[in-house]
Amino acid sequence: MVPLSWYLTLGAILFAIGVAAFLVKRNIITIFMSIELMLNAVNLTFVAFANHWHQVSGQVFVFFVMVVAAAEAAVGLAIIIAVFRTRETLNVDQVNLLKL
Amino acid sequence: MNPSPNFNLWLIPILPLIGSAINGIFGKRFARSLVATVALVFSGAAFGYALWVTAQFSSLPQASIPHIERLFVWIQAGNFSVDYGFYLDQLSLVMLLVVTGVGFVIHIYSVGYMAEEGGYYRFFSYLNLFLFFMLTLVLAHSYLLMFVGWEGVGLASYLLIGFFFLKQSAAQAGKKAFITNRVGDFAFLLGMFLLIRQFGTLDYDKVFRGIAPMPVEHSLGFLTITALLMMFGACGKSAQIPLYVWLPDAMEGPTPVSALIHAATMVTAGVYMIARSNSLFMHAPIAMGVVAVIGALTAIFAASIGLVQNDIKRVLAYSTVSQLGYMFLACGVAAFSAGIFHLMTHAFFKALLFLAAGSVIHGLGGEQDMRHMGGLRKLIPWTFWTMTVATFAISGFPPLSGFFSKDEILWKAFSDAQHGSWILWLVGLITAGMTSFYMFRLWFMTFFGERRQPLHDAHQEPTGAVHAPGAAPADVGHQSGVAHSTAAPGHSAHGGGHVHESPWIMLGPLVVLAIGAFVMGWVGIPQALGGHNNFDQFLSPVFHTSSEPARAVENFPAEPQKTENAGEERGLELTLAGTSVGVAVLGFLLAWQFYYRRPELPQRIAASMSGAYRTLINKYWVDEAYYAALINPIVDGSRTVLWRGVDVGVIDALVNGAGTTSKEASGVTRRMQSGSIRSYAGWVALGAACVVAFMIYAGTR
Repeated sequence: MVPLSWYLTLGAILFAIGVAAFLVKRNIITIFMSIELMLNAVNLTFVAFANHWHQVSGQVFVFFVMVVAAAEAAVGLAIIIAVFRTRETLNVDQVNLLKL
Repeated sequence: MNPSPNFNLWLIPILPLIGSAINGIFGKRFARSLVATVALVFSGAAFGYALWVTAQFSSLPQASIPHIERLFVWIQAGNFSVDYGFYLDQLSLVMLLVVTGVGFVIHIYSVGYMAEEGGYYRFFSYLNLFLFFMLTLVLAHSYLLMFVGWEGVGLASYLLIGFFFLKQSAAQAGKKAFITNRVGDFAFLLGMFLLIRQFGTLDYDKVFRGIAPMPVEHSLGFLTITALLMMFGACGKSAQIPLYVWLPDAMEGPTPVSALIHAATMVTAGVYMIARSNSLFMHAPIAMGVVAVIGALTAIFAASIGLVQNDIKRVLAYSTVSQLGYMFLACGVAAFSAGIFHLMTHAFFKALLFLAAGSVIHGLGGEQDMRHMGGLRKLIPWTFWTMTVATFAISGFPPLSGFFSKDEILWKAFSDAQHGSWILWLVGLITAGMTSFYMFRLWFMTFFGERRQPLHDAHQEPTGAVHAPGAAPADVGHQSGVAHSTAAPGHSAHGGGHVHESPWIMLGPLVVLAIGAFVMGWVGIPQALGGHNNFDQFLSPVFHTSSEPARAVENFPAEPQKTENAGEERGLELTLAGTSVGVAVLGFLLAWQFYYRRPELPQRIAASMSGAYRTLINKYWVDEAYYAALINPIVDGSRTVLWRGVDVGVIDALVNGAGTTSKEASGVTRRMQSGSIRSYAGWVALGAACVVAFMIYAGTR
């Protein structure tokens, strides 16, 4: 049986990759994908703990996260399309109007 | 609580208040006649009700006087409580009749006088409001409720002095009156605080009962200090030295207002208050002395200023101050009933003088300068004859009312063993001579000789541009309506008898008051002249009950002598009365000589005594002195210290400093909001990393 720490380490690695990608990449789509990556890294830790403690609540939580992620993807993609239509770019560094 | 019948005294003040409210709220849409009707109905109803109460009062048993009606508990704080109640005794009954009677008559007069003026409903609303507060003052059963009326009449006075509020001088005069009164009110308040501290109540009956057993105080103790503070408050309201300065300026108001408020009723409130507090004052001889001295000084001081004034209303204003000084003098020599007697007769003849002067001003289309009058005797005969009655009354010619009341005061000032002195009498006598002189000066200048034209008429200038600066405000003041509409034709026609007698609605009140000024003195004819001094006896329960013990001790050794000296004393009183009549005649003859036979004489005398004349015409520079000593330092201090120093330097600096600081701080921090998503994400990641680091640190500990 795979020990718990392996799952957690994998989750942490995936999460760190997500954060790094979020900070480094400029393309909105890529940033979006890195958000999904972070969410799923968290999901992995949830199920790992659920399995380890034999409790079902972790599994249930994952479903919630998935639902929220789906909703977020729908809204987010719509925003991205709207942004692209007006700005004709997907580079976040060029979408910085909201400032003083 | 009280076995005597219920008179519903609260109705008396409330009636004018209703009239005031109706006119004040709806009057703008009413026709003038309706406004006048409302005002007259409600003030007349108050007068009628007061008469009914008088009739009932006379059938009250002696034991139930003072008659007190408590309505409800007004203020309750700890064990201190004040009821809302009314107090009726002989003193307040006299005041009640004077206020409602003279007030009603002046209301009638105002209907005619104000007919051409703007703000008709406003005027009558204020006038009724004044009656409400004055009646509250008079009928109050505690010092606190009296203070409510006291402040209220001050408010009404302010509103009515500044009635022509578009005129700068009127607005200033209103402010001056109000602020000067506040100075006195402050002392009155302090006096009330002392009473509360000592007796825990402000109800008249309880306070007087508390004072009665206390010993007469010959040092600066509680009673003397309280009495002095009360007296200072009275000085403000009754225009005595040092707070008299507002009254002459109050003549900016319409003439009926001058008659009602600044001659007959409101200014006598101070005298009423001192008379009401007689048991307090009788226990504080030092305060009594101060009252007498202030009264005598004010009397002679104001009379001397009145000698040279040229504005007809200002002469009367200084005369009022002077006569109020007489009333103070009377109170100061323990002749309270004489003071109230003079108050009553003065209310009649001074109101009459003002109303007649108003009729003259009305007839001349707003002229107030006596130098521009003269020869009006034939043109306005009714005004002339009523004015004549009043002039002779105030000058102290028997058998008119002023003679009896003034003589009573002078006699008491001379004869009262404890408080009187021949110096006070002499000052009063000289004042009487001056009074006679300036009143007949006014009389001769206004009604006799040739009509003297204002300067600009002689030049046939159609505009008012050549108005002497001094005369201009007087003209503009009175006449917002008449003069402006008729100015151009009126000026050229003035020489040819354009002067018109006032309408009957104005002359009727004059006649009524003239009868009053003639006969009102007969209620108090002294025994020396074969009368019974009914007025004094009527008021004696108010003024002697409280002071009876002190008086009895004082008079006990003198009692046997009194009977054998009665004849001698009577002779003395008659001599003094004769002296004062002689002085009045002397004043008359001097005025006749100066202003009728040889009108050029006054100018020569004024030129030869220019120092004295300038002092008088500038009113002893008291206003200037007040400006230099009080007003300018306060204004300058406010400007430099309070405005530029505290307000700008501290308060504004704090507020502006807070604004600037936060603006600068946010100028730094706002750079965080770059608009770049990645920098935000970086901040979030950094924050999350910090939290995680802290959790790990906390977990490992």
